[in-house]
Amino acid sequence: MAPTTAPTKPQFSPAAQAEIQRIIARYPAERSKSALLPLLHIAQAEFGGWVSPEVQDLVAETLNIRPIEVYEVATFYTMYNLKPVGKHVLEICRTGPCMLRGSDELTAHLERITGAKVGETSPDGHFTLKEVECLAACGFAPVVQVREQYYESLDTPEAVDAMLNELRGQLHRPILPWEETGLPNSLKNN
Amino acid sequence: MGRKLLTEHINVEGIETIEVYRQHGGYRAVEKALKTMTPDEVVDEVKKSGLRGRGGAGFPMGMKWSFLAKPEGVPRYLVCNADESEPGTFKDRYLMSKLPHLLIEGMIAGSYALGARTSYIYIRGELLYVLRILEKAIAEAYAAGFLGENILGSGYSLDLYVHPGAGAYICGEETALLESLEGKRGNPRNKPPFPAVQGLYARPTVVNNVESLAAVVPILNLGGDEYAKIGVGKSTGTKLFSACGHLNKPGIYEIELGLPVEEFIYSDEYCGGIWKGRALKAVVAGGSSVPILPKDLILKTAAGENRLMSYESLGDGGFVTGTMLGSGGFIAMDETTCIVKNTWNFSRFYHHESCGQCSPCREGTGWLEKVLHRLEHGHGSLHDIDLIVSVAKQIEGNTICPLGEAAAWPVAAAVRHFRDEFEWHVTHPQEATRPGAVYRGNLVLA
Repeated sequence: MAPTTAPTKPQFSPAAQAEIQRIIARYPAERSKSALLPLLHIAQAEFGGWVSPEVQDLVAETLNIRPIEVYEVATFYTMYNLKPVGKHVLEICRTGPCMLRGSDELTAHLERITGAKVGETSPDGHFTLKEVECLAACGFAPVVQVREQYYESLDTPEAVDAMLNELRGQLHRPILPWEETGLPNSLKNN
Repeated sequence: MGRKLLTEHINVEGIETIEVYRQHGGYRAVEKALKTMTPDEVVDEVKKSGLRGRGGAGFPMGMKWSFLAKPEGVPRYLVCNADESEPGTFKDRYLMSKLPHLLIEGMIAGSYALGARTSYIYIRGELLYVLRILEKAIAEAYAAGFLGENILGSGYSLDLYVHPGAGAYICGEETALLESLEGKRGNPRNKPPFPAVQGLYARPTVVNNVESLAAVVPILNLGGDEYAKIGVGKSTGTKLFSACGHLNKPGIYEIELGLPVEEFIYSDEYCGGIWKGRALKAVVAGGSSVPILPKDLILKTAAGENRLMSYESLGDGGFVTGTMLGSGGFIAMDETTCIVKNTWNFSRFYHHESCGQCSPCREGTGWLEKVLHRLEHGHGSLHDIDLIVSVAKQIEGNTICPLGEAAAWPVAAAVRHFRDEFEWHVTHPQEATRPGAVYRGNLVLA
C-alpha cells in the first residue's frame, strides 16, 4: 500500500472542523495561535499520519497566521511527521532506562520482522519504525508507542508478536484523531 | 509501610470517576478552601506544609506562589506542567491516568489561591490518551459544579483546559512550556522577567508540576502543619518515586521522605532487590540529569551515614560524593551495566533535545555525544576523557535554561566515579567492545 498523499488543497472534515472550533475557544480571542500544536495533531491524524506542506498551509489558514509560523513549529516537535508514513508508526523508546532493559535488541528484532530499518517504512506499507526519546514509561521497559497506545514490557518475542498482530488487525480501520483509547496494560492492574 | 497521601485510593475500582472519587473524600479540599478560607490562607497552608516542587528543582511551592504579581485588572494563570519527560520518571503519567480528579482538585484549589480564572494543564503530546482521561474528568467536574461559573456558590469562577505538546523534552522547562502553550517553538526565555511577573501571554503565571498540585489536596485536608510533620527535616510529606532499570519490581512507589535508600532498593515492600540475582553497580536517583552514584555512595554517605530518600540526604556531599533527589526518577543499574554506554546514551538524549538556542548547549551536547560514542566503541583516547569533562564544564552555567547543566552533570559524575572504566575502553578496546563485555576492575566476563 502506497502511503496516502495529501491532495493539493486539503480540507478538514466537518468533524475535525467542529473539534478545531472547540479547541480554539479555550484560548483568549487574540491568542488563537495557542491552538497550533493541537491543530497539527488533528491535521496529522486526518491526513494520513503526516503533515505535508499543503496541510501545514491549511493549518496556517485556519488559524489566520503566516505559513512560516506553522513550519517552524512543525519542524521543532518530533511527533509531527514531515514525510509520508506507513499505516502504523512504531515509536521505539531508545533512552537509558529502556536501553537497560533491552531496547537495542527490540529495535533489531522489529527491523528483522518488518523489513524496515529505523526511519523507514516496511515494503508492505504497514509499519514505519521511528526511534524516540523517553516516553515516561521506564518502569515497563522496553516500550513502543503506536498513536495513542503504549505497548509495554516488550522484552519477549511473544509480546512483540502480540503487538504486531493487534496492529495488523487494525490495518483497515479508520482512526479518528480524538477517539478514545484504553489504558496500557501495565496501568490497568497496577 | 509509610502513609500514602496521594495514592491511598489509587486502586479503588472506578476512582477515575467523580462519583467514586467523592465517596473516598474527593473534593473536600476544594470545599474547604472555597467555603472557609481566603486565597491567602490557602497559600499560607501550602507555605506551612514545606512542600517542595516535585518536578525536579525542589523549590518551596508556597514561596513560588507568594512571588506571583497581582496587578489590578490583569488576568493571572496557573499552568500545570505535565510534560513529564525526564528519563527515569513516569510518576505523573500514572497519577493522572489513575487519579485525574486529584490533579483537577489540586488545580482548582491552587487557581483559587492564586486568583486565576483560566488554568491550563500542559501535557506532553505522547500522552494523548491521558489527555482524554483528564478531559472526561474535567467534564464531570463541570457537571458537578466544581468548575465553571460561581463554584459552590463562592462567587469564584474557573475554566480548566488540557493542552497537548508534541514531543520536546525542553518544554518541561517552564518558560519553554509557556512558549509552546502560545503555539511556538519550545525555546526557553531569558529570565528575568520570571513567569511570576510575565508568563503566559505576558501575564503573571505560576507553573507547577502535576505531583506538586496534587499534593495541595492532602495539605488542605490535613492542614499545612500536620503535613509538615510527615517526612524528615525540610523534606516534608510523601513523594512518588519512579523505580526503573535493573530492579525486580520496577514501578511507582509513594514513600514518606526519609526512607533509607537501601530499604527502598532491597525491601520486598518496594523494589525487591536487583534482578536476576545480580549485584547493584550504580544508581541515578533523581532522573537522568542528576549525578550517578556508585553502589557504595548511594547506600551510605561519604561519612558512612545511611543515605535516605530525602532532598538533604541525597544531596549530602554535594556533587563530589552526593547527588540530587530531582524528579524521583530512580534508575538502578546492575553489575553488568556499561557506564560508558549509558553515559553516551544520556548524552545522545540531551543532544537530541537541545533546542539549539545557546551555542554552548547546541554544540557542546553534540561534542559530548560524539566523543562518548567513540570512547564507547573503542576509538577514543585518554585525552578524550578529559575532553568530555572540559566540554561539560563549558556548557554548565553558560546557557539560558538548565538543560545545559542537565547534559553536563551526568558526564562529569560518570567520569568522577567510573574513570577507570572509561580508561579501560581506551586501553582495552577489543575487550571493551566485545558483545556482552563487562568491566569489573580488570576482569572481563563475556
